[in-house]
Amino acid sequence: MQILDLVRITKDIRKLIIKSIASIGSGHLGGSLSIVEVLTVLYFREMNIVPNNPKKEGRDRLIVSKGHAGPGVYATLSRRGYFPEEKLYTLNKIGTDLPSHCDMNKTVGVDMTTGSLGQGFSSAVGAALGSKIRNDCATIYCIIGDGECDEGQVWEAAMFASHAQLNNLVVFLDYNKMQIDGYVKDNKNPAAVISKWESFGFNTQFVDGHDIKAIIEALDKVKSYRKAKSDKPNMIILDTIKGKGVSFAERALVGSHSMPVTKERLEQALKELEEV
Amino acid sequence: MELRQALAKTLSELMRENNKIVILDADLSKANGTEPLYKEYPNRCYNVGVSEQNMASMAAGLATYGFTPIIVTFTPFATRRICDQVAVSIAYAKQKVVIIGTDPGITAELNGGTHMSFEDVGVMRSIPKMVIIDIVDDVQLMKALPEIIKYPSVVYVRMPRKSRPTIFDENYQYRFLKADVLKEGKDVTIIASGTMVYEAQVASKLLEDKGIDVELISANCIKPLDEETILKSIKKTNKVLVCENHNVIGGLFSAVAELIVSKYPVKTKAVGVMDEFGQVGKYQELLEVYRMTPGDIVKATMKLVNDEE
Repeated sequence: MQILDLVRITKDIRKLIIKSIASIGSGHLGGSLSIVEVLTVLYFREMNIVPNNPKKEGRDRLIVSKGHAGPGVYATLSRRGYFPEEKLYTLNKIGTDLPSHCDMNKTVGVDMTTGSLGQGFSSAVGAALGSKIRNDCATIYCIIGDGECDEGQVWEAAMFASHAQLNNLVVFLDYNKMQIDGYVKDNKNPAAVISKWESFGFNTQFVDGHDIKAIIEALDKVKSYRKAKSDKPNMIILDTIKGKGVSFAERALVGSHSMPVTKERLEQALKELEEV
Repeated sequence: MELRQALAKTLSELMRENNKIVILDADLSKANGTEPLYKEYPNRCYNVGVSEQNMASMAAGLATYGFTPIIVTFTPFATRRICDQVAVSIAYAKQKVVIIGTDPGITAELNGGTHMSFEDVGVMRSIPKMVIIDIVDDVQLMKALPEIIKYPSVVYVRMPRKSRPTIFDENYQYRFLKADVLKEGKDVTIIASGTMVYEAQVASKLLEDKGIDVELISANCIKPLDEETILKSIKKTNKVLVCENHNVIGGLFSAVAELIVSKYPVKTKAVGVMDEFGQVGKYQELLEVYRMTPGDIVKATMKLVNDEE
């Protein structure tokens, strides 16, 4: 798929996110919008998956450890053909298959239940280890948040991934620099993000998280590392904007973590996305 | 045999037949006896270092990949330390993981208060669908493990790691989720679990000399309780004493009390830890400190039988 096609898909996904959140009135908008490009590249280009056989043995897997990005994941899965668009408008309604936080037992295509931060990363490490034991050549992808990196468990998982030489693990850090209570640097400053991950034993790259081409190139680099027999796990830091693509969400800054989406805001956002 | 030896021996046999079993330790493979398995199955044993939270969620990730992970650590670290990982990554996500906690309650002995879990059953019992097995001796452990691994959902096993008196003989038939009536009687029902089964057995012999005919039940499974066996017994005796190596709040006594309050209220007493923290000491010394000796069980039973407060 060409880059322009992928860019078009990101627009579709952003529209679906905002429409689904508007259907219930509010939700986790900012952190869903910030990872749309990486979700698009993974589901429409990179991952070895079959939407009508979502549990296929040996498939690549994605564990979204920042489980509150559920609306972003659901919009992507729906756009990729895992389930019809109508289901998106059941988001967070009683009895839904699409709860705020990702749930593997409820949503077709979701590979792990996440939401309590730090845990999904460890589960991705477990899955990568499982793939190694089984020798099925799958790649395990994982998306973590920068606020999530406050959790000690993230670093426990990172140390084991590196120790066990899980080069089949590709972790993306959604570096949008914001968390619920403010800017990440003001809450618990992660300081030197790149050197931190390098020192934890990861092949580390830093790219514009809204640049499809840059994400593709970073993933190509991961392949070249593996070809060169690197035994390190991989970290791709995505420099992102919380609420990306929807002006009222971008303007809300940290307030976009979970925010109301009125009918007026929905119309405005859809218009903006058309114009881009 | 030490229970940790029984654990390793049985796992070694089970791993030979079942290539889905994966062992995870958190820097306690020597203490818990799993170390020899690393040589035998290098591809299926992993020491994650001192990081129990990571171990629990990693186990869940392995389970999503079709493996049956067994995580092994001391009871406080297998429960209270990783309660959220057990609740979310494992139980809520419906992943089959076997959680083995060693050194329950006073069997932590010289490791003392920080390592002495009197609350592990309480923590685990409040997690939906959690099965909790309290192991009595080495024979029972070896018979129980294949059933525990076969069961399709999460199981928490609390087991001493060192030697305990052997109660069951080699003909013992372990019935998963079922209690065992070790002695039939008519005057009073004593329900015990884990290491307290031995103490209660000694007590029931002392009581026999006093003319009290005890029905002794080993509650092998604290959750779900074997309601049928327990109710049948208390309908006969109308008096219950519960003995547990745990805080009397949240553990077996609470479970039995919840059952009989709603189904068949009778006079009930407990021998166990009366809402206190642990401390260093030898097993026998701690039994005395927390008033859990056979003598204490006899006293509590006599009060029940004589209708004293």
